[in-house]
Amino acid sequence: MNDHHLFENYKRGLKREKKIVLFWQLTILIAFFSLWEIASRLYWIDPLLFSSPSKVFDLLVTRFANGSIFNHLQVTLFETIIGFIIGTIGGILIATSLWSSARFANIMGPYLVVLNAMPKVALGPILIVALGPGYLSIIAMGFIISVIVTTLVVYSAFNEVDPNYEKVLRSFGASRWQCFKEAIFPAAMPAMISTLKVNVGLSWVGVIVGEYLVSKQGLGYLIIYGFQVFDFTLVMSSLVIIAVLAAIMYKLVEKLERWLIRNRNT
Amino acid sequence: MSFLTLDHVSHHYFSKESYTKALDNISMAVKEGEFISLLGPSGCGKSTLLSIIAGIIQQTEGTVSLQGKSTTESEMEIGYMLQQDYLFPWKTIIDNVLLGPKINGNKTDDLRKKALQLLKEVGLKDVEMKYPSELSGGMRQRVALVRTLINNPKILLLDEPFSALDYQTKLNLEDLVADLLKSYHKTAVLVTHDIGEAIAMSDRIFMMNANPGSIAKIYEVPIELRNEVPFLVRRHPKYQLIFDKIWDELESKESQQKVVEIPNE
Repeated sequence: MNDHHLFENYKRGLKREKKIVLFWQLTILIAFFSLWEIASRLYWIDPLLFSSPSKVFDLLVTRFANGSIFNHLQVTLFETIIGFIIGTIGGILIATSLWSSARFANIMGPYLVVLNAMPKVALGPILIVALGPGYLSIIAMGFIISVIVTTLVVYSAFNEVDPNYEKVLRSFGASRWQCFKEAIFPAAMPAMISTLKVNVGLSWVGVIVGEYLVSKQGLGYLIIYGFQVFDFTLVMSSLVIIAVLAAIMYKLVEKLERWLIRNRNT
Repeated sequence: MSFLTLDHVSHHYFSKESYTKALDNISMAVKEGEFISLLGPSGCGKSTLLSIIAGIIQQTEGTVSLQGKSTTESEMEIGYMLQQDYLFPWKTIIDNVLLGPKINGNKTDDLRKKALQLLKEVGLKDVEMKYPSELSGGMRQRVALVRTLINNPKILLLDEPFSALDYQTKLNLEDLVADLLKSYHKTAVLVTHDIGEAIAMSDRIFMMNANPGSIAKIYEVPIELRNEVPFLVRRHPKYQLIFDKIWDELESKESQQKVVEIPNE
């Protein structure tokens, strides 16, 4: 066998592996929904409680066709994205201010630990009292749940940057701010991107919980409403929509990551 | 008047439990265009001394002056090269080289041309748009050298810049650095633990003691060796003589230290 043949073989192997993985992924998906459908039809599970894929599908089709879902979808998506963005940017800004003053970081240390350990969701009622029962407190919920973690992760990433980069810059007479801009911030970029990925999930948690507590619209509201009126088909459809939206958001962040990293490597 | 002067410089490192004296009462004078080496075991404070000369660390006692000025106020006149290249991986080669001018806000087209010229001089052509990860270790260290030289420093501080390279690359780079420094008439201070490198490159060698770091002995490298390129110095008959002298001195120092350490155990 010559070199070219070996290479062809290798490529064929890769392709086959990919096909096998895809096959099993689809199998799991189909098996799950079929089992759910069958179990519901044959009354292995209570169809009133667990609904069924066909009912969920029907509901989604009608809701999308008459447009009554879009309002809820928009509201939740808006709140999540805003909470995500200000949570991430806020965390990075706080981390920057901690980095800029070692004394400030020392002073804030215990407070950050407490805030990080505390379940942020428990602050919900206080936020509602303080900001009123509306968008604002829901966005605040999405924000507060991601901002502390972002601060801690990004701050420690700033501190882990090899001090010799700073030494090089200092030998050119760079100020502390120039060191931050040229070395610390870009070097911590990968860590910041990985907090973005975590924050996508966190801000969804914050917003949905916020909607549970207070809202009159949104996907979290639909879940709670469906639960109260015993319409579990509605609950399940909302869950499906959330799963799809969160996955799309995650994929977009991955795209952003690839773009940022390509920007630095080619 | 000497170019670089250290006058009774001491340095302490403080921690919560204790303090260590890293450098004790170091004085030296370096003439313009001279190449000196600081030779000693690890932990003797060589790198600390270099950082103090560079003005990155503030010494706890004594004064350092470059042409009569304190080094903290004349940072741009000092070029500093570290053990590794520390090129910024997210910047292109040319952006790395022009980092000093960028920091000081005088990045001009002329300097860019000069950077390309210098890169060519160290044997790097058509790499300016590449990223550091695309170059070999020796090439990267040469880029780091250009990044230092572009600022036209009056004095070069070299902190074991060849120690992370393979032997062949190291010898080539020694020749290149020695050649460049001589042609630009630069003063240089090299920190190393490699006796051969110290002899091959420098005019004078300062041997250091550890705990606390202090100057033990100063060796003048014979005039015949000073004007040769490092590679040829290593083959010169006088090279072995001075090598043996320094080797014996270091050996005896080590055995002395062992004797001193025993009562502490």
